[in-house]
Amino acid sequence: MKDAVDTPEERSAGLKGMGCARKRVEDVRFTQGKGNYVDDIKLDGMLFGDFVRSPYAHARVVSINAEAALALPGVVAVLTAADLAPLGLHWMPTLAGDKQMVLADGKVLFQGQEVAYVIAEDRYIAADAVELVEVEYEELPVVVDPFKALEPDAPVLREDIAGKMEGAHGPRRHNNHIFTWEQGDKDATEAVLAEADVVAEEMIYYHRTHPCPLETCGCVASMDKVTGKLTLWGTFQAPHAVRTVAALISGIAEHNIRVISPDIGGGFGNKVGVYPGYVCSIVGSIVTGKPVKWIEDRMENLMSTAFARDYWMQGKIAATKEGKITGLWCHTTADHGGFDACADPTKFPAGFMNICTGSYDIPVAYLAVDGVYTNKAPGGVAYRCSFRVTEAAYFIERMIEVLAIKLNMDAAELRRINFIKADQFPYQSALGWEYDSGDYHTAWDKALKAVDYEGLRAEQAQRVEEFKAGKTRKLMGIGLTHFTEIVGAGPVKNCDILGLGMFDSCEIRIHPTGSAIARLGTISQGQGHATTFAQIIASEIGIPADDITLEEGDTDTAPYGLGTYGSRSTPVAGAATAMAARKIRAKAQMIAAYLLEVHDDDVEFDIDRFVVKGAPERFKTMKEIAFAAYNQAIPGLEPGLEAVSYYDPPNMTYPFGAYICVADVDVDTGEVGIRSFYALDDCGTRINPMIIEGQVHGGLTEALAIALGQEIAYDDMGNVKTGTLMDFFLPTAWETPNYTTDHTVTPSPHHPIGAKGVGESPNVGGVPAFSNAVHDAFRPFGLTQSHMPHDHWRVWKTANKLGLHG
Amino acid sequence: MIPAGFEYHRPTDVASAIEILKTHGDEARVVAGGHSLIPMMKLRMADLAHLIDLQDIASLKGIEIGADSVSIGAMVTQHELITHAGLHEALPIMREAALQIADPQVRYVGTVGGNVANGDPGNDMPGLMQCLDATYVIEGAEGTRRVKARDFYQSAYFTDREEDEILTRIEIARLPAETGHAYEKQKRKIGDYATAACGALVTMQGGTCTAASVAMTNLSDTPVWSEEAGAALVGTSCGPDAVAAAVAACLEAINPTEDNRGPVEFKRHVAGVIIRRAIERAVSRA
Ligand SMILES: Cc1cc2nc3c(=O)[nH]c(=O)nc-3n(C[C@H](O)[C@H](O)[C@H](O)COP(=O)(O)OP(=O)(O)OC[C@H]3O[C@@H](n4cnc5c(N)ncnc54)[C@H](O)[C@@H]3O)c2cc1C
Repeated sequence: MKDAVDTPEERSAGLKGMGCARKRVEDVRFTQGKGNYVDDIKLDGMLFGDFVRSPYAHARVVSINAEAALALPGVVAVLTAADLAPLGLHWMPTLAGDKQMVLADGKVLFQGQEVAYVIAEDRYIAADAVELVEVEYEELPVVVDPFKALEPDAPVLREDIAGKMEGAHGPRRHNNHIFTWEQGDKDATEAVLAEADVVAEEMIYYHRTHPCPLETCGCVASMDKVTGKLTLWGTFQAPHAVRTVAALISGIAEHNIRVISPDIGGGFGNKVGVYPGYVCSIVGSIVTGKPVKWIEDRMENLMSTAFARDYWMQGKIAATKEGKITGLWCHTTADHGGFDACADPTKFPAGFMNICTGSYDIPVAYLAVDGVYTNKAPGGVAYRCSFRVTEAAYFIERMIEVLAIKLNMDAAELRRINFIKADQFPYQSALGWEYDSGDYHTAWDKALKAVDYEGLRAEQAQRVEEFKAGKTRKLMGIGLTHFTEIVGAGPVKNCDILGLGMFDSCEIRIHPTGSAIARLGTISQGQGHATTFAQIIASEIGIPADDITLEEGDTDTAPYGLGTYGSRSTPVAGAATAMAARKIRAKAQMIAAYLLEVHDDDVEFDIDRFVVKGAPERFKTMKEIAFAAYNQAIPGLEPGLEAVSYYDPPNMTYPFGAYICVADVDVDTGEVGIRSFYALDDCGTRINPMIIEGQVHGGLTEALAIALGQEIAYDDMGNVKTGTLMDFFLPTAWETPNYTTDHTVTPSPHHPIGAKGVGESPNVGGVPAFSNAVHDAFRPFGLTQSHMPHDHWRVWKTANKLGLHG
Repeated sequence: MIPAGFEYHRPTDVASAIEILKTHGDEARVVAGGHSLIPMMKLRMADLAHLIDLQDIASLKGIEIGADSVSIGAMVTQHELITHAGLHEALPIMREAALQIADPQVRYVGTVGGNVANGDPGNDMPGLMQCLDATYVIEGAEGTRRVKARDFYQSAYFTDREEDEILTRIEIARLPAETGHAYEKQKRKIGDYATAACGALVTMQGGTCTAASVAMTNLSDTPVWSEEAGAALVGTSCGPDAVAAAVAACLEAINPTEDNRGPVEFKRHVAGVIIRRAIERAVSRA
């Protein structure tokens, strides 16, 4: 028997378990065009929905005339708010405790808002019919600036809650005010600021952008009137939550709703929320008795589905003359658009923005966030980051740079002297978090050494001299970042969304021949779950990863879970997977002991088998154990070999990293060329190094986009100026620089396998690294702060203001 | 992003195409690669009842390299401009410019005729054709006529071409061997139209410039060819002063507008840099 002659190393390698750079099993179908996305779903008699959208950012809807549209052959129905009102579905709850119009109810609050929903026999007819719906609008004054929105005489945007001074997150002080969220110790922080040797103050703006997944949002709703069962395929990052919310708002019993997320072409937070398209398609299917498909086009995706960021962060940071930080103060004005549809845990209306003390040991801090309504699209999702963590990381990593300028200190050294030390973990932050683990100094020193930091600074100084001497028009910038994330939401005691606790789950069934299927409450959108979760199981119970099928996304078969976003899949569902596997291993141990005729305690697990302690030649492989589990009557044991685990994590995990970007900035054209980018990530235990590297490459490219040009920009009339991919910057291979990846490993002490999640780190850490590089290039000429995105003309403007154009 | 319905025609000769154009008037439009027209139709900014596809008309294809001139069929793709060895040998600026248009996918389908006939100030080929002093061959019901690229463009999307005429070929005289060329373009990313772009051709004989042509893209509502810029270089050694004078002449002639790429003052500044780089590179190659 081959098993007997294989060395332990060979047996272990054959499993392709944790640590193996196993190729993504998903890619076979994706690279052959054999994926199954929501738009690939075709059902008999399926109808198509399409929206009439508002051209105005703020207007009263005077009338809607659908006669001409209904007269077009092939048009089945045109829904308006008036049709949805009797069902109570003209408004829907948002994830943030607000409500949002499904279809315009008397007025519109942003350009692109859904006004009417046309249902037709095919897409083309639906698009033609949209043109034929006549809507009369009366324009209202537009507010796109969140500070102006809070002025006393600002127009009232949300008339439905006008005068209502209590919101979902406490008191409102103005009709356009949503909430104030305060963390930390205000008085103590202000006292420190008043006494400090040095205080640096700056407004840090993180502009509005958009996750822009390759696949836009969409769904197919199919109501079977015979069985009473609604099946909903859609681009859902949280299919179970969608099922529960759908049951709560539609009144259809939850067992009669089946939600399926098929393959998803990228989410990045854009597919967490519930959109009017889903509600209208469900209603459309109920009304017509036929399946209804709705697929957004790119412009609709950019204009109306969830945006990200749009935080104005006023910061003050206090330090001693030597650079020891003594306090941090932040006031954020958060532009949420026309409805508060942020996707954050209920108790955190500004997400985990209170991670904004970053990697630093800051004794006292205060954070206040004001949420504000404006005439922009709703959203505020975590675009490839845990809730508002990228805003927090950008804020602190800019404030550190600003402080370094004020102190006339090297920014790498300033970071080093303020890092939380390895022996301070678990570390209690001034804004309320318990950092589980970290070793920042080791990572930082490794990074600085890898890029030859001293050498880079010397080269930069020389470049400045050459520039001053007229020998070059390019400046060189070194962008430093040391970020700390907080991911893996999270403990049910303080993390829920709409009351749904944020645990997650895994169910594993071992088949009699020793292969397996595992199902999870999460859903991959490109992260490679089918690859990595199988590796966890492989290592835990000794079945080759190649023999494990992994399934997600069908609420009729998968165990309940809260889905995939906020880097939570590995920290939460990954933990559930390990725990379920351990339950199976425990039963397997009993079976092995029975088969080997020894006591349970006399066998031990060895890679892919249980061996008799002290007699390694006596063993039972997992394959043999699986067969026995089903086919041999074992006294005291039920047949079968399966387990399920619901995992409620005791804490979040805190991945961190050190990123260094070197850029050349052309002061005449404003072009920023990325010369090199070094990314060191510490995500604890590394399950699949190749997947990690891929995630880092992808996230860094998004970060590059955001820092250098990607934005959702509005003009004063509330028109979206960046509604197509011509103007919304989506980098191609051409714009993507080479990345050097590296790592340290500081396992999470509370996670069953020590893993922390990595999918979002590169976006969180990448944005400040790119942005700091641009800032740093201009530091010798007196720049303290210039807002992102650093596109050509803004960089040019910076150079111009600094007098660098002669 | 779905266009309104239309009828599709696919004639096999120019005369039939013109006939269909005449029958349907402004309800009809020819389509070449469709990479400017189809997006407009999808955005429903162009609503056409009849689309006349030119791809089966053999006479609109092919690149002919003559002893004195080059003739390029309107339906030649931008990709062919890059890969055609004879064209590269005769007019190397064509490949350099074509490589800066859009991305490979667009260039496989987009045509040179569509690019120059479109009249979009963002298109790169019109400025290039003005730089090369190209001649457009235009056929209509009344016969064939020739128009200089430098006289063709009136304002954004308005050209000298009548609605029922078809651009069939582009004729370009070959250049003296001592001619250096450059096409410089600043854009935000691959696939973007120019923030500023400039084509330059400079002929140097015995250290002195004997001919020069400079034209610009996306810096006005038409391409801009600056006669004065060429004049500023001719007769000089194309040293810094002459180049500066040529750049100044170009800047006199442009009239950029603000868009997402930036405000006017930025564009004027960038234009100055790009024009200078184009001229200097052309001189260095002459
Ligand atoms: C993403 C993207 C990026 C792009 N970037 C650039 C760029 O950087 N630079 C650039 O120059 N272009 C760019 N383009 C445009 C592209 O080069 C188009 O292919 C080109 O402008 C039009 O050529 P076409 O063959 O596709 O013409 P079509 O779209 O078919 O036609 C364009 C217009 O010209 C008319 N027309 C076409 N052929 C003739 C003819 N023979 N006689 C009379 N009228 C005719 C049509 O009726 C239509 O009005 C880009 C396009 C896309 C989609």
